[in-house]
Amino acid sequence: MSDPNKPSLSDKFKTTQFYRSVFRTGVPVASHRQRMMIMLNSVFLHLHPVRLPKHAVKVRYTWCMGGLSFFIFLVLTVTGILLMFYYRPTVEYAYGDVTDLSQQVPLGIMREIHRWGAHLMVITVWLHMFRVFMTGSYKPPREFNWVIGVVLLVLTMLMSFTGYLLPWDQLAIWAITVGSNMAGATPLAGMGGPGSSLLSIGDVNFITSTSDARFALIGGRFVGEGALLRFYVLHCIGLPFIMMIFMIVHFWRVRKDGGISGPT
Amino acid sequence: MERRDFIKWSAVGWAAFIAAVGGYGSMVLRFLFPNVLFEPVQTFHAGLPDDYEPRSVSERFKDQYGVWIVRDEEKIYALSTVCTHLGCTPNWLPADNKFKCPCHGSGFYTTGINFEGPAPRPLERFRIALSDEGDIIVDKTKKFQQEKGEWSDPESFILV
Repeated sequence: MSDPNKPSLSDKFKTTQFYRSVFRTGVPVASHRQRMMIMLNSVFLHLHPVRLPKHAVKVRYTWCMGGLSFFIFLVLTVTGILLMFYYRPTVEYAYGDVTDLSQQVPLGIMREIHRWGAHLMVITVWLHMFRVFMTGSYKPPREFNWVIGVVLLVLTMLMSFTGYLLPWDQLAIWAITVGSNMAGATPLAGMGGPGSSLLSIGDVNFITSTSDARFALIGGRFVGEGALLRFYVLHCIGLPFIMMIFMIVHFWRVRKDGGISGPT
Repeated sequence: MERRDFIKWSAVGWAAFIAAVGGYGSMVLRFLFPNVLFEPVQTFHAGLPDDYEPRSVSERFKDQYGVWIVRDEEKIYALSTVCTHLGCTPNWLPADNKFKCPCHGSGFYTTGINFEGPAPRPLERFRIALSDEGDIIVDKTKKFQQEKGEWSDPESFILV
């Protein structure tokens, strides 16, 4: 029988400088306050609330759709980074690289996971929004977070839109041709939009096919190399960066507005 | 430091900050519009009028320049291959004697007039002329729209 008063090996380890430098809360953990401090003092643990109301684990109420959306976002980030090791965003290589990823690269199912995950994320984001609406969880004090959520929905769809072009098949090219033509109808800034002819001096028109909103989006007069590269950069860096900022605010506000919403 | 001076200098500081952000923002915007495009030129030579049979549609310049050269009984005109619905490229169907868009089914006669599907207006025509050497020059920078009555403009066709 071991002596209960004798410190165990793990207790000894917890008194070392190494352990104390990584985990800020010391041992022994005796009080409720100390247990709380462990959560609050760790960058990873503090992402989770220190205490949960009983209703928070009722999946039938929240459907866990917000959490699932974030989880799928993480899956898409990991698989997306993996795809970037093989995919070259040029007119010459893009289509072949995607075919290669499906057919030749070991565990090329990463590409399928990325694609199906993207579809799934649109569904979970939509269901999350539906749940929040049906439970009235957009009401004060959460009305600002609803607005953040709407921005995140738009960003999710922009991610889908930009990612759609990257396989560079006929479906992609013509879908983006149709989609980006909408930018050409922007008021004032689009070549075909209302008021674009107002921005001209005499015969010189300032809003042309090479200076309007559509051009800024696709970097050319038609969907070509410029569009592929711009959409690639937006898909891999630009939009995820903006999305993360909005997600930080979204999650922080969930906590500050009283934690996960539940039946009142 | 006087309270008044602090407010004065902070106003100067904020003005400089806003000017810097605005200036950098406009630089970023301008950066997105390159001076050189690696796209086909907007003006090109399309051979001699005799290269085109009467009552024919030529797809010779479709892929590179997005133009059909159409010759009817009396004239040659350059038709844009951009569907007026949402910007896809219709296919020329010689058997049906029409242009048919694969995206949403818009149909156009050889004149470019829309007759079926969702296209709201006829295909556009481009400026076309004969050079001093007698060959055809197509200039895509100037377009002519039927609904604006521009197809009667002598620059929109060449008589043969």
